[in-house]
Amino acid sequence: MPPFPFSAIVGQDEMRQALLIAAVDPTIGGVLVFGDRGTGKSTAIRALAALLPPMAAVAGCPYNCDPASPADLCPHCAQGGPRKSQKKPVPVVDLPLGATEDRVVGTLDLERALGAGVKAFEPGLLARANRGFLYIDEVNLLEDHLVDLLLDVAASGINTVEREGLSLRHPARFVLVGSGNPEEGELRPQLLDRFGLACEVATPKDIATRIAVVRARDAYERDPEGFCATHAKDDAATRKRIEAARKRLPGVSVPDDALEQAARLCLALGTDGLRGELTLMRTARALAALDGAGRVTNDHLLRIAPAALRHRLRRNPLDESGSTARVERALAEVFS
Amino acid sequence: MWADALLALRLFADDPHGFGGVVVRAGPGPVRDAWLERLRSALGPGRAICRMPPGIADDALLGGLDLPATLAAGRPVRQAGLLARAEGGVIVVPMAERLEPATAARLAAALDTGRAGPGGTPARFGLVLLDEGQGDEGVPTALADRLAFRIALDNIPPHLAAAPDPDLSVAEPGAAAGEDPVATLCALADAFGIASPRASILALRVARALAPEDAGRAILNAARLVLAPRAERLPEAAPPPEPPQEGEAQQPSPADDGSDLPATPEDQVLDAVRAAIPPHLLDALLAGGPRRSEAKAGRGGKPEAVSRTGRPVGSRPGDPRRHRLDLLATLRAAAPWQGLRRSADPAGAAQGGLRIRRDDLRIRRLRRRVETTTVFCVDASGSAARERLAEAKGAVESLLAEAYIRRDRVALVAFRGRGADLVLPPTRSLTRAKRGLAGLPGGGGTPLAAGLDAALSVAATVRRGGGNPVVVVLTDGRANVARSGEGGRARAGDEALQAARAIRQAGLPVLVVDTGARGGGARTLAEAMAARYLALPRSDGSAIGAAAKALR
Repeated sequence: MPPFPFSAIVGQDEMRQALLIAAVDPTIGGVLVFGDRGTGKSTAIRALAALLPPMAAVAGCPYNCDPASPADLCPHCAQGGPRKSQKKPVPVVDLPLGATEDRVVGTLDLERALGAGVKAFEPGLLARANRGFLYIDEVNLLEDHLVDLLLDVAASGINTVEREGLSLRHPARFVLVGSGNPEEGELRPQLLDRFGLACEVATPKDIATRIAVVRARDAYERDPEGFCATHAKDDAATRKRIEAARKRLPGVSVPDDALEQAARLCLALGTDGLRGELTLMRTARALAALDGAGRVTNDHLLRIAPAALRHRLRRNPLDESGSTARVERALAEVFS
Repeated sequence: MWADALLALRLFADDPHGFGGVVVRAGPGPVRDAWLERLRSALGPGRAICRMPPGIADDALLGGLDLPATLAAGRPVRQAGLLARAEGGVIVVPMAERLEPATAARLAAALDTGRAGPGGTPARFGLVLLDEGQGDEGVPTALADRLAFRIALDNIPPHLAAAPDPDLSVAEPGAAAGEDPVATLCALADAFGIASPRASILALRVARALAPEDAGRAILNAARLVLAPRAERLPEAAPPPEPPQEGEAQQPSPADDGSDLPATPEDQVLDAVRAAIPPHLLDALLAGGPRRSEAKAGRGGKPEAVSRTGRPVGSRPGDPRRHRLDLLATLRAAAPWQGLRRSADPAGAAQGGLRIRRDDLRIRRLRRRVETTTVFCVDASGSAARERLAEAKGAVESLLAEAYIRRDRVALVAFRGRGADLVLPPTRSLTRAKRGLAGLPGGGGTPLAAGLDAALSVAATVRRGGGNPVVVVLTDGRANVARSGEGGRARAGDEALQAARAIRQAGLPVLVVDTGARGGGARTLAEAMAARYLALPRSDGSAIGAAAKALR
């Protein structure tokens, strides 16, 4: 059964925009999706990965190395030998709740250690996710030390393994997508801050949208191939948009006044550190690239600011309004 | 009810994976056995029913290395996991209310993708969750959301289950052909406060299975089977529900009650669904009790019972797939036998390498001591007499002196004037505590809410770090400064109660020591926090310390 097409997802505009931005610029630091159950979070991520153009990878490399990139980082490709190219779909790796550190970072290959007496590394989920997406459902219930580890790897792009007498590094660049329900537990503020974008998804409140959701799902289930065929054109257009945006991204300029507006916005909100401004600029650039624009404008900042900043606000017990409302208030002040 | 349970069974047996599964809420007994027996015969010999052992390991669930066989054969032997073996069939999960969140997450992922394990082996199965929970206990919501059916068998008389199946005709009088089933089901889900779109999708699937040519004809049955057991609230302006009669056909009720409006088909469906809501759920809904914020939340965040992190405290034989292998100990265990094993297996002697058997495997035993952090929240305002502060200091010091041996920690939040201060961050250093407490000033207003907020935040930090926080509040409960720093008894009191309820929600063990001479405010506060209450008009530090120790 082909995955549900990305362009057939009803509503959830903010989440789709955030995922597209992450697809254009994987270095923005991941996407956090907070919201209700059954709102199509994992559907959207799988759909996006299926829509992306297949990537060229070294055949047999457990880390999905790019044949065009230098081989010295990867323990598999650095051994020399032929680096045959092979087309692979962009991986989406699920990190299930309760996964052990062994499975995530990789561990001693027990099979070969016991069978052949060879000390070999068995790559973990981080290796499989290289150049793709790592999806964590219920990230807020994940143990803190695992989240720390994931964010560290996501930021550096390298997984360093020092355990069981093994010592190696391998590339692990991926877009971290975490989802969860805030009612069931919160993420530490330090961790929140390290996600690039944060979106809130909610079950559609009006019946018309809900009907549209059910109808789309029903049509898909009854005839997956046919349903995907009807959306193939839209999906292809989105794919082209991503590819074009990736090419355009290095050339997108950020004018000084946009930088200034971003700084004023972060000041008005009192976000800690510079990460807010940096992410705001980066995501605004990716958004501009998606729009086909050559430079970042106030409009781009306005559209991306809630997702880029709402999880970086300092808690204020006196302010009962939600963080989204606070960002919007600041936006209105700064851009008035 | 029994008829619905059988109808769900029939649908589920036709397409286990498509409908996801059935939550069977019932204690063990003849009715549940009869239901499962019928499921077995409905599935037939071709499709497996696998029972999932509680606490199943990942390798057994998803597939992986068969360790005993691998060691015996000297080469990797893989085994299929339970999920893959159940392909096309059904997995029965006993005691599903105790299902670990991690296992539930794996089951949910396999249901979504139809595949299991690292290799992506096909695993299209249906689930039967045997829910023996009582009261608020229940199966993990993330999993239950994906299963079409929920049946309750506890109130069904055994003779009914023993009797031959009743007629399960699904004809729906009054169902309007040609009506849009999607719109009707979505409207119904909305009326009953069901948020997840999965419910409507599953109900639509049921309607299509019952009436393939026109799903609109089976709306009533679909809504009764799928939507009624998920109701979160009752639709407004509906007549009081009548208890559903066993075996009574779904008749459109004649308008003999003198109502001037003829019931529309939509209302009929609404009423039928209402009548099908299980009694225990109906009671809860009528009482208006919250159903969503069950304490289920955060269960996944609790520290695990079997520690996988912590200080190594030796090793023991065990399965390295579930714990960390202790390589050195394993080799040590295998070493003495090498000569013997080699001579027993002359054929393989030339191969070299170690001969390690299953019995040799050692795993690391880790112990993470859960340390207790006592968070004192002390009223240092003018209304609390000065000597109270001295008592609190005495209590902290006496606790710390002992904590030094137990390696427990103590923190102190003081509130006075316009806000609260973390005077002593969690520490086990007696010197540091003494220094911090020596400079503690007193006097001013009583910002009780700010103090409680601060104590909660310290306790939450401790808990996130894997510790076990307990809170001791020393106050007379007479708040007169609001969170904003402004005076005002009424607002300050309200806010203090609000903060107290937040502490109660966090589920922290709390002791309130009433330092007021007349009592009153502190007792109310203790009730709001579900705290132990200790009135100590004249007390000494060691008594407080003893009471705080009892909290752990």
